[in-house]
Amino acid sequence: MKFWPLLWSSLRRRKARTTFTLLSIVVAFVLFSYLAAVRVAFSAGVDVAGADRLFTTHKTSIIQPLPSSYQDQIARVPGVVLVTHASWFGGIYQDANKGFQGVFQGPVDPVGYLKMYPEFKVSDDQRKAWMEDREGVLVGETTAKRYGWKIGDRVPINGTFWRKKDRSTIWEFNIRGIYTGGKGVDTTQFLFHYDYFDEARELGQGIVGWYMVRIDDPKNTTAISKAIDAIFENSPAETKTVTEKALAQGFADQIGDIGAIIQWILAAVFFTLLLVTGNTIAQSVRERTNELAVLKTVGFSDATTLGLVLAESGLLAILGGGIGLGLGVMAVGAGDPTGGFLPIFYFPTKDLVLGVALVFLLGIVAGLLPAVQAMRLRIVDALRRA
Amino acid sequence: MNWLAQVFAVTATAIRTIPQRRGASLATVAGIAGVVAVLVGVLSIGEGFRSALRAAGSPQNALVMRTGSDSEMMSVLVGDTVEIIAQAPGIARGELAAGEPAAPLASAELFVVVDVPKKSTGTPANVPLRGVQPAAFATRPDLKITSGRKFEWGKNEVLVGEGAQKAFRGLDVGQRLKWGQNEWTVVGTFSAKGAVWESEIWTDARVLQPNYRRGNSFQTVVARLESEQAFDQFKDALTKDPRLDVQVQRETEYFGNQGRTLQGIVRKLGFLLAVLMGIGAVFGALNTMYSAVAARTREVATLRALGFGPGAVVVSVMAESMLLAAAGGVIGALLAWAFFDGYRTSTLNWDTFSQVTFAFDVTPALLVQGTVFALLLGLAGGLFPAIRAARLPVTAALREA
Repeated sequence: MKFWPLLWSSLRRRKARTTFTLLSIVVAFVLFSYLAAVRVAFSAGVDVAGADRLFTTHKTSIIQPLPSSYQDQIARVPGVVLVTHASWFGGIYQDANKGFQGVFQGPVDPVGYLKMYPEFKVSDDQRKAWMEDREGVLVGETTAKRYGWKIGDRVPINGTFWRKKDRSTIWEFNIRGIYTGGKGVDTTQFLFHYDYFDEARELGQGIVGWYMVRIDDPKNTTAISKAIDAIFENSPAETKTVTEKALAQGFADQIGDIGAIIQWILAAVFFTLLLVTGNTIAQSVRERTNELAVLKTVGFSDATTLGLVLAESGLLAILGGGIGLGLGVMAVGAGDPTGGFLPIFYFPTKDLVLGVALVFLLGIVAGLLPAVQAMRLRIVDALRRA
Repeated sequence: MNWLAQVFAVTATAIRTIPQRRGASLATVAGIAGVVAVLVGVLSIGEGFRSALRAAGSPQNALVMRTGSDSEMMSVLVGDTVEIIAQAPGIARGELAAGEPAAPLASAELFVVVDVPKKSTGTPANVPLRGVQPAAFATRPDLKITSGRKFEWGKNEVLVGEGAQKAFRGLDVGQRLKWGQNEWTVVGTFSAKGAVWESEIWTDARVLQPNYRRGNSFQTVVARLESEQAFDQFKDALTKDPRLDVQVQRETEYFGNQGRTLQGIVRKLGFLLAVLMGIGAVFGALNTMYSAVAARTREVATLRALGFGPGAVVVSVMAESMLLAAAGGVIGALLAWAFFDGYRTSTLNWDTFSQVTFAFDVTPALLVQGTVFALLLGLAGGLFPAIRAARLPVTAALREA
């Protein structure tokens, strides 16, 4: 560490430049954090899909309903451990600009649904309160925070598509529980009792949207999917069973190139920023050729010179990259920048590791060329040039 | 020497010496070009999406849905409601088939989705399937059959929009599709001047109803009005009718509000990107301009010694920075235009839960916005270095060099 003062004084040589270079690196890595989160968001949870969960939907389209009688038939298929269902509700809270339509609102079977999604964490007393209140709602913390809902609040939702027997479209619910979840768990859902919904709705009794099926072993996916679909073949409502991952992938594909294009753009920007920053670092070394020659004159070895220059760029990269990734983790953790359109938004650990690797790569690549030049520098040439 | 002449002289020197600082200057231009290209590119997605929806609306058409419906997908209108709507005042009348008496130009429609594999990935996508009545074609005069023929009423035949036909598999004329219990035949394709209908598959509503088990219900009624002014009369008649529970919108208004979700994502991400990248680019520009000032220390000091004022020096540095930024802005905007304009893709319109095919649209307004943004970056990147240059102590600077 005896070279520290030297390193420090070369960074302070042009304070403005050092600061801006540092800040550029910070920005680049904040951007990188968003890139990682947006990639996950657009792949709509493909990475976090449960391998042992299947989805059974209507064969023609997921918007077509299935009879609720299918549940028992699916449950009898060998290898099926658990079956539950959900439906689409698509209500509006307050007005359309609040974006509540984008939140998944599901009439579900509370017991079955929580068994199917053990990653939804809810305290025992809240779970009990939700089970006991027919008009009760279990809502994810992200959505609860977004609309400022607390336990005990009564929220009116305009069902638009679904109306009640009294022809009103306003459904009132009581917030009974707020669930949380780890990385990659969708904490935006708004879940209420199917029984209450089915009884109160004007039309469509006895139908559900789709089924979720837990199987004993992911290896049996193909066989079990086929067995389920075979039961309903040639019936008025044929089914299509796929894994949760395939369903998520299907949605990612539906969003299509747009997700991919945004990711390419982010990646291009990130690398451009790195390139520009690397260039600045290299340039600042080139400007100091004669100083390096002086160092060598007073006895610094080639290796030490190389090390000094590399250490300088490395220090900048680690400092900037560290702050950038730190800010990125915080910014991504603060939630999705679109205000709720991207329910799954987090910074995967895998990408964080990649980010750290890129920080070191930046330090080495940006410093390497000028460092080698500095090492090979012939004192007489350099001093004459100045 | 007057001030203006000074400014010109110093600025000209600054600009002439840019090639000496080629590396850093190019990096600035490239940085700003990148920012602008990305910004314009991302925003062109939103513009393209919007223009596909915009093109769909006609101010002379009214769209009737059940009260509270946010999109066609959410609305339900039962059969007798539809009859009442078609008899409302203000609807244009016309001949729907040769030799038949004139009828109201109102089409009750079903709007559902059907799984069709995307050509690019092979995975199923929610392609909109619209069931229409004979007046549908009269209410959308831009719709042209481009190959094959119209479907026959009462038959399991479909007409496919050109956008859908290009983006999804198995929708060429003559191909057969099996949806549910029935087989359908593609009998033709149509275009609609880029409007959102080109993403859809059309068929006879009466044939579609039993397939989606909709009984005698529909989702919307599209009515051609006698004139744009007839809208209020039509709307009042429907909303005051106690038998009805409907909302009436001009078609232009409806489509203007559609696609909110996707546009929200694109706009917010675009803004976030622009801010982050803008910060990065300003730092890059600051670095470049500080180095430029440093490299020109002796030159600037000499000019000051000769009697040039600090104002002229400030302007020259700013001019250099703005010039680099403008070059970057124009290059970036052109790059965005070359790469993104007209790029065709399809995506999920969250509001209707169905696919929309559209082309990215780099509009002139976006090009201007991008260039203005670049100039702002140049301004921010040039200001402080310019002040430093102007404040250089002449004697010290002359000695330093």
